[in-house]
Amino acid sequence: MRVLGIAGSLRRDSHNLRLLRAAAALLPPEAELVEFTGLKAIPPFDEDDESAPDVAVQQWRAAISEADALLFATPEYNHSIPGALKNAVDWASRPFATAALRNKPAAVIGASTGMFGAVWAQAELRKSLAAAGARVIDRELPVGGADDAFAGDGALAEHDQQLALGEILAELLGDARVHAAA
Amino acid sequence: MSAPTAETQTKLPSGTWKLDPTHSSASFAVKHMVVATFRGSFENLDATLTVGEDGAGELLGAVDARSIVVKDENLQAHLGSPDFFDTERYPELRFASTAIRRDGEQLVIDGELTIKDHTHPVEARGTITDPHETLGGAVKIGVTLETVIDRTQFGLNWNAPLPKGGFALADDVKLTIELELAQADGE
Repeated sequence: MRVLGIAGSLRRDSHNLRLLRAAAALLPPEAELVEFTGLKAIPPFDEDDESAPDVAVQQWRAAISEADALLFATPEYNHSIPGALKNAVDWASRPFATAALRNKPAAVIGASTGMFGAVWAQAELRKSLAAAGARVIDRELPVGGADDAFAGDGALAEHDQQLALGEILAELLGDARVHAAA
Repeated sequence: MSAPTAETQTKLPSGTWKLDPTHSSASFAVKHMVVATFRGSFENLDATLTVGEDGAGELLGAVDARSIVVKDENLQAHLGSPDFFDTERYPELRFASTAIRRDGEQLVIDGELTIKDHTHPVEARGTITDPHETLGGAVKIGVTLETVIDRTQFGLNWNAPLPKGGFALADDVKLTIELELAQADGE
């Protein structure tokens, strides 16, 4: 089972990339997390470019199609989704009937250095993914105080958060199995 | 004859007691995200306890609102804005006692707390120590006080609904004051 991990921050050592890696360590042996690294290369969505989308867009759509499930880890910029991430969702939502995101199981988690753990960005990302036709798990994992949120081994320092992350992954993989069998 | 039993001290130590700022703190704690607790503090504060020979006392305190310290610098800026303390207009938080009661180590202080342009009565409970000569010969007392206020009564109204219900920040805020007060010179 292949889980595509997308960190919404472009920064090399982003907290959300660390959060994805904490999630990867919790996956069962039959599942693997593949990090998507092409977010920055995706050009702004333009309907004029839809007939011949940029290679970065093609790679993004292919990465989604090849995955059994998607795990987004998003920061929060001005109480919302980072622009590059929203732009990527917009590309993957088109054309609507056959979009890469359509029916794809997805979960959203997030970390921020503030006290609210990107909770509003997560809500908005769930909303956008659902609007694009993805099967989005209705759960959140706001990891606040991200500078201190990770233990030395990369796991979430707070036991309850680590448990919640495991539950979200179990639900995501459960949805992915149902989807794969359908 | 039986030995005299120790009487519980109900009188405050007379004199003027001034704050030792390096050993004093004013901090707050508020629930956020429904279950987690967020803490912060103010770096600069002042307080004086004045007690007459009859034991009647008055505690006056002031906190520099601009000296607020929290872990997140964005939040620190937000806390100084009109959503919270509006430090440009209201640089100081003030407290003035109206009644002080002591029963042994236990202390109950009624007073008026002013934050922004809102003044409301509060009751703070805590402890007081007897005077004690510390290193360097200074005579000091220790006072700790705690109270819970509804921040919305003081014009600290910011909040935001959480996506899954409830609000980002609780209304009740616990204030904790720890004071080390030194006997003023000449007393």
